Amino acid sequence: MNHNISSLKELDDIKTKNIEANRPYGKKGCYMVTVHLGTCGIASGADEIQRSVLQEIDKRENGNIIFSTSGCVGFCALEPMMTIEDYKGEKTTYHSLKQEDVARIFSGHIDNGKILYELNPIVKGSKLAEFYDFQVSRVLHNRGRIDPFKIEDYISFDGYRALLKSIEIGDPGELIRIISDSGLRGRGGAGFPTGKKWEFCRRASSDNGIKYVVCNGDEGDPGAFMDRNLLESDPHSILEGMIIAGLAIGATKGYIYVRAEYPLAIKTLSNALKQSMEYGFVGRNILGSRHDFDIEIYQGAGAFVCGEETALLKSIEGKRGMPRPKPPFPANEGLFGKPTLINNVETFSNVPQIILNGAEWFNEIGTKDSKGTKIFALTGAVNNVGLVEVPMGIPVRDIIYKIGGGIKGDKKFKAAQLGGPSGGCLPDQLLDLPIDYEEVKKAGAIMGSGGMIVLDEDQCMVDLARYFMDFIQDESCGQCTPCRIGTRRMLEILTRITEGKGEEGDIEKLEELAEMIKETSLCGLGKTAPNPVLSTIRYFRDEYQEHIDTKLSCKRLHKKAKRKKVE
Amino acid sequence: MNNKKVSNAVKNKPADKGDEKITVFINGLGYAADKGLTILEIALANDIFIPHLCYDPRLRPQGSCRLCLVEVEGRPEAVPSCLTVAEDGMKVTTDSDHINHLVKLNLELLISDHPLDCMTCDSAGSCALQDLAYRYGVAGTRFKGDTHEKKVLDDNPFIFRDNEKCILCGRCVRMCDEVIGANAIGYAGRGFESEIVPAFEQSLKNTDCVFCGNCISTCPVGALQPRPYMKKARIWQVEKVRTTCPYCGVGCQIDLHVMDKKIVGVSAPEGVEPNFGNLCVKGRFGMDFVGSNSRITHPLLRNSSGKFERIGWEKAIDIVSEKLNGIINKHGPDAIGVLSSAKVTNEENFLMSRFARAAVGTNNIDHCARLCHASTITGLIPTFGSGAMTNSIGDIKYSKASIIIGSNTTEAHPVIGYEIIRNIISNGLKLIVIDPRSIPITKHAAIHLRQKPGTDIAVLMGIMNIIYQRGLHDSTFIAEKTEGFKDFAAGLSRFTPERVAEISGVDREDLIAAAEIFGRSKPASIFYAMGITQHTCGTDNVIAIADLSMLTGNVGKPGGGVNPLRGQNNVQGACDVGALPNVYSGYQYVKDADIRKKFEQAWGKELPAREGLGVTDMIEKAISGELKALYVLGENPMLSDPDILHVAEALKNLEFMAVQDIFLTETAEFADVILPGTCFAEKNGTFTNTERRIQMVNKAVDPPGEAIEDWKIICSISGAMGHPMGYANAEEIMDEISRLTPIYEGINYKRLSEKSLQWPCTDSSHPGTSILHSKNFTRGKGAFIPVDYRPPAEVPDKDYPYTLTTGRILYQFHTRTMTGKVDGLNQMAPMAIAHINKDDASSLGIADSDMVMLETRRGSVKTKALVNSKIKKGTIFLPFHFADAPANILTNPALDPVARIPEYKACAVRVSKI
Repeated sequence: MNHNISSLKELDDIKTKNIEANRPYGKKGCYMVTVHLGTCGIASGADEIQRSVLQEIDKRENGNIIFSTSGCVGFCALEPMMTIEDYKGEKTTYHSLKQEDVARIFSGHIDNGKILYELNPIVKGSKLAEFYDFQVSRVLHNRGRIDPFKIEDYISFDGYRALLKSIEIGDPGELIRIISDSGLRGRGGAGFPTGKKWEFCRRASSDNGIKYVVCNGDEGDPGAFMDRNLLESDPHSILEGMIIAGLAIGATKGYIYVRAEYPLAIKTLSNALKQSMEYGFVGRNILGSRHDFDIEIYQGAGAFVCGEETALLKSIEGKRGMPRPKPPFPANEGLFGKPTLINNVETFSNVPQIILNGAEWFNEIGTKDSKGTKIFALTGAVNNVGLVEVPMGIPVRDIIYKIGGGIKGDKKFKAAQLGGPSGGCLPDQLLDLPIDYEEVKKAGAIMGSGGMIVLDEDQCMVDLARYFMDFIQDESCGQCTPCRIGTRRMLEILTRITEGKGEEGDIEKLEELAEMIKETSLCGLGKTAPNPVLSTIRYFRDEYQEHIDTKLSCKRLHKKAKRKKVE
Repeated sequence: MNNKKVSNAVKNKPADKGDEKITVFINGLGYAADKGLTILEIALANDIFIPHLCYDPRLRPQGSCRLCLVEVEGRPEAVPSCLTVAEDGMKVTTDSDHINHLVKLNLELLISDHPLDCMTCDSAGSCALQDLAYRYGVAGTRFKGDTHEKKVLDDNPFIFRDNEKCILCGRCVRMCDEVIGANAIGYAGRGFESEIVPAFEQSLKNTDCVFCGNCISTCPVGALQPRPYMKKARIWQVEKVRTTCPYCGVGCQIDLHVMDKKIVGVSAPEGVEPNFGNLCVKGRFGMDFVGSNSRITHPLLRNSSGKFERIGWEKAIDIVSEKLNGIINKHGPDAIGVLSSAKVTNEENFLMSRFARAAVGTNNIDHCARLCHASTITGLIPTFGSGAMTNSIGDIKYSKASIIIGSNTTEAHPVIGYEIIRNIISNGLKLIVIDPRSIPITKHAAIHLRQKPGTDIAVLMGIMNIIYQRGLHDSTFIAEKTEGFKDFAAGLSRFTPERVAEISGVDREDLIAAAEIFGRSKPASIFYAMGITQHTCGTDNVIAIADLSMLTGNVGKPGGGVNPLRGQNNVQGACDVGALPNVYSGYQYVKDADIRKKFEQAWGKELPAREGLGVTDMIEKAISGELKALYVLGENPMLSDPDILHVAEALKNLEFMAVQDIFLTETAEFADVILPGTCFAEKNGTFTNTERRIQMVNKAVDPPGEAIEDWKIICSISGAMGHPMGYANAEEIMDEISRLTPIYEGINYKRLSEKSLQWPCTDSSHPGTSILHSKNFTRGKGAFIPVDYRPPAEVPDKDYPYTLTTGRILYQFHTRTMTGKVDGLNQMAPMAIAHINKDDASSLGIADSDMVMLETRRGSVKTKALVNSKIKKGTIFLPFHFADAPANILTNPALDPVARIPEYKACAVRVSKI
C-alpha cells in the first residue's frame, strides 16, 4: 500500500477524514471514550477496564460512542484511567478505576450526560488538574489524545507536516540552522547542543557516503520512564525526528535502540514503523523527495552501559556493549566506523515541532542556555507521581509542590535526586533552583535524562548513595580499573557505614576514590558514578558522620531520630 | 627551548598519513616527532617513563587501565597518553604530584583485587604490575574488600589462565581479535565480576583458538602462562638466546630461554622484524624436539643382519668417504646424488654445494625446494628476473587489497597470516581468497573464490580479462616498465567470466567483484604458496600471477608485489647458496664458464659443467640404476616425495646411502650409515626467510651425545675424500659466501648480529633490499608471458571420481620429525584426517569421524573423515604429515615440464567407507 503523499493537501485529507470518522467533535450526544494503555496503566489493570468499556459499548449499539485507546497520560499515581471527551472537546478523566466503576460511568456520564464528580475526575479546574496546569505539553502534546497504533491519529495532530516542510526547505544547512537557533540541547542528560552535533555529522566525511542516525532508547536509570512513555504513546514523533535528522546530515539509515525490557514500546514502534513505510515516510524516495531513509529497530539485551553511546553502537554492531574512548566521536567514527548521529528519544521527539513552529517558538520558553521543555519522571515521596513536562527554568519547588502536589503524608521534604545513578541531590535550601543544565550542574547534580526522585525526611542519604552505587558498580562494563574496582570499593565503604560499621576516615576515602574515579574513568558511566556519593557528602556530610560516630545502622539511626522528634 | 632533543619517534603507520613533524614538550623538554603519534608513543621512544598496563604497540590502544595519565596544558583533567594524539607545541607533564597520586591510587585498587603471591608466581620478574608497584612503593592497599576467586582454566596443553591474577586490561582479547582474528576469548560478566573467558565459556579447544600464545606474550601480569614452560625457571635465572625459528619460512625471531643447558621457555622479542613479537603455536610451543630422547646421539651403521649398530665417528667418516670414492671410481661422480636441506643453515647448504661439486665432482645436488617452489623460480625468472618474494612482511600494512591464492596462510605461515588479518581489521585491507577450501582466513575475506583444484590459470586470466576490459590496468606502468603486453593482451579475451566460471566452478559475479577490488585498490599484493606451485602447470600458474601484478602496476611498490611464501625455515637460503643442480650460490649458472672459473679458483678444484639432477629425477635414476649412492642431509623423501612406494623402491635400489639427520626418519630407515647432526638450537649460522631476510641462528644448547654440527660433518667427509675444506667456524663459511655471491656480498656476522638484512645486499654499507624491482625489473623490463589453462595430469573419471589435494595443518610440520616429538601439538592433531564435503559424504554414506579408504592409481590410505562444507564438492583434502596415513602414497609424481615439480595438489581419487 502506498499513499503517494507529496503535499500538505494529502496530509490534510487524511486528517479531515480521520477526525470526521473518529472524533466526536460537533456531533451532539457523541462521546469518545479513551482507555489509557501505557505499560503503567496495563500493570494497574487497564486491560480489564478496556474489556468492561467494550462490553458497555456493545450493550449500547447506538453509534454515538467512539472508542479509542492511547498511551499513558502521565499521572501514574492514578492508574488505571479513562477519558470521556464530548462533542465540544471537553474532557473528563476518570482515574483509579475499578472494573465496577465502568458501568456506573457509562450510565451516568454517557447515558445521562452527567459527570460523576463523586469519583473525583480530572476536569478543568479540579484540584487534580493542577498536575497538568503547571506543565507545558510540547513533546507530550499527543498524550492521551492519539492512538499510538494509528498513524492517522498522529497525522491528525500535525504529524509528518514537519517532514514535509523539511523536504520543502531542502537545504540541510537550513534545517540544521533551525535546530541550532532553537537552542535544543541533548535530552539524554549531557545537554550537548543538538544543532552542533548535527552539523558535525553533516560535515563528517564518509568514504562510501554512508552515515547513520541512531536513536538512543536504552533508558536504564532506576525510576526513569520518559523514553518508554514516548515510545509507547507517540512513536511517530520519534520516527519523524529521525527522518528529518537523516535529511539534515545526509544519512539513509537509522537505528532505534530500545531495551528489550520495553515490550510494549517495541510493539508500538514496530507498528508505527510499518505504517510510516506504508505511507512513504520511511523507505525509498520519501514523499517523492528522492531521499531514502530506512529505520531498523534494535533490541538491547539489558546492559545499562549500553545507554552510553559508544557502547550502544558496539551493541548494534553485534559486539559486547563496551564503551570506547572518545575521540573519535561517533559524529566522525560511529556505527560500523561511519559518521553517526546519536540522539536521545526525547531529543528526536522535539525536532518535528521545532521545524514546524520555528526556532523562535521553541526558545521563547526557558532560560538563557536551556530552552524549551524537559520531561521528568517525578517519583518518590510526592503525592502526584507521574510523568511531567515542564518549561526550562521552572523552580524545583514548583515541580514538587505545584505539579507533584507536595510530599506524601505531609512529611518534610529532604531532597530531590536528579539524574539517577549519574546524578546528585538538591537539598531543601536549593528548592528554588531553576531547571537549567548549568544551574543544576553547579549544584552538584545533573539534568540527566529526567529522573527526579523526591525524598522525605525519613530517607537516609547514605543509604541513598549506597543504593545508587550498588546499582552502578554492577553495571560497570568492567574494562577500566577505576570504575570496575573503584566503585566496588566505594560500595563496600558505603555499606559498612550504613551497617553501623563505618570508621573514621571513611568519608575521606570515599572522597578520594570518588575524585579519582570521576577524573580517570574511561566513559561517562564511570565518570559520573561517584556523583550521588559526592553530592550527598556535600549536603549531608553530617549524616555520614553520625553513622560513623554512633556506629548505628540506618534503621537504628532512623528510630533514634524519630524518638528524638517525639521528645 | 634551548635544550631541545630530537626523538626517534617514528610512526608505524602507512606513509599516506604524511611525514609532517611536530614538536611536543614533555616535562619541559622539546621533542620532535612525526605527526599522528600519541603522547605515549613519543614518550616511550624517548625513554620517558609513563606507567601503562593495557598498551602494547602491536595492538590498537584501548585506554582501559587508566594509568598512562598525563597533564596537558589547557585541559581540565588528566588525559590518557595512549589515546591522546600529540599536537604541535603541546605541553605535557608526566609526573606531577596529582598524576602520581592518581597512578598510585589506581595501583592500590588493582592490588586490592590481585593475589600477592609474587614469590611463587611464574611472572615474577616480568610482571608489569609488580614493577609499577615497586616503582610507586605500593606494598598493599587501604581499600581491602571483596576479591575474586575466579576459575583457573587449565584444559588445554598450551595456555593456562588464572583469572585471579587478571587485571582486565583486555590485551589478550585485543590480540585475539585484532591480530590473530580468532575471537576465541572475550569479556563476560559485568562490573567487579567481569572476567575474560573463552567464547561461550567453553574450553579453548572448542573455540577458534589457534594456541599461538600471543595472548600470553601480551599479558602484563601472571594471568596467562605458557602451560609447558610453567614452574621451570625464574625469568632472571634464564639466559635468553636470540635465534631464528626452525619451522616455516617466516623466520620469526625468538628468544630461547636457557637454564641448565635446557630450553625452558620461548618468547619473541618486541619490535623486532619480521614478527614484531608474535609467534605461532609451533614457534612458541614446538621446541620439545630439541631435547627429545629419540634424537640420534651416535653414528650408526647397518650391520649384516640389517640392524643399526653404534659406531665411532672416525669409522663412520671412513665408511662414507670410502663408499662414495669407490662409486666415483667405478661409475663416475654423476652416480652420486646429494640431497641438501632447507632445514639446515646457509653455511651448511653452501658446504653441501661445495661438497657435491668439488669433493664428489657432480652437480647432482638438490633439496626440497624442488618439491615446493621450483615453479616460482621457473615462473618468476622469465617474467621478473628474480625468483623470490618481491616485497616484505612489514610491507603488508601498505596494501589496500590482497589476493591469497593457493596458500593456507594462517596454518602454514601463521605469522604472515596474522599480519594480513591485523591489516584487514585495523587498516581496511580487502582480502580475496582463491582456494577450493574455506581455509581459516576466508572468514576475514571480502570475497572467496572457490575454484576446482588445478584451475587457477583460468581464474587468474579471468580476473585479468575483467580488469583489462574495464580499463583498470595500469597502462603507464605497462608502457614504461614491461614488454610483450600486446601479445599477452590478445590472449585475454578468451577468458570470459562465463568460460572461467565453467572451467573453475567459481561464481561469475564473485569473479567480477574480485577483479573490481583488485583492479581498483592501489597498491595490491598477491600471496601464494604450494597451491600454485605444486601442479604440472606450476610454472604457468606463477607466470599468470606475475602477469596480474604487472597488469595492475603493482610490482616494485610498497604494499604490492608477488609474494611466494616459502615453506621451510631456510628453503630460500638453501636455494640462495646453491643447493640446486644448475646454479652456484646467488643463482650463478654452473654452465657459465666465467662463473665456474670463479668457483674453481676459490675451491681449488675443477668443477663439472653439466647441470645435475633434481630430487625427482634422482629418484628415477636410482630406479633405473644410474644413480648408485645418495648422501641425504636432513631430508625425508620417504614421506615428502610423491608416490612414496616408488621412492622406497628407488632407495632400496641404491648401493649406498648415508643419512645425516637429528632423528631416525622414514628415509633414514633405508640408510647404510646414519650420521647424527644437530638442530638449529645447537649451532651457529644463518637462515634466510621467505622475504629474503638473512638472520642469525645462535647456539643455545649443546648437541646430544656425540652429535656434532652438520657443517663439521660435511667438512670431515670432504676431507676424507680428498678435498679438505678447513673452515674454523660458521662465520668463515659466510665470509666465503659473501666473497663469491654478489647478492650476499654485504652480508657478514657483525652486521647480522645487529640487524637482519634482506638480499640483494651488495656491499658492506648496502642497507639491504626490502622491495625488488623498484626501479627496474631485475631482467630489465618485466615480461608479459601469455599462458593457457590446461587441466591437471590426472582428472577425475569413473573409477576415481574425486580430486585429491594435499597440504599442511597448523599443528604439524612437514613430515612431523619435529612436531611429532611435541606432546601438545600431537594432542591437538594426533592423526591424519581427510576432509570431505558433506554432500559427497552423504552420497557415499560416510559420516563425520568414520574411517575411510582413499585410493588412487598409486596406492591406498586409511584415515578418518572430517565431513563439512568447508571443502568444495568433489574435492578431498588430506594433510601430508602423517606416516600412518601418508598422503604421498596417493599423490601423482607427474611433473611440471620446466620446474620438475610434482603435482601434489591434484590427482584422481576414490573414497569408500571402511
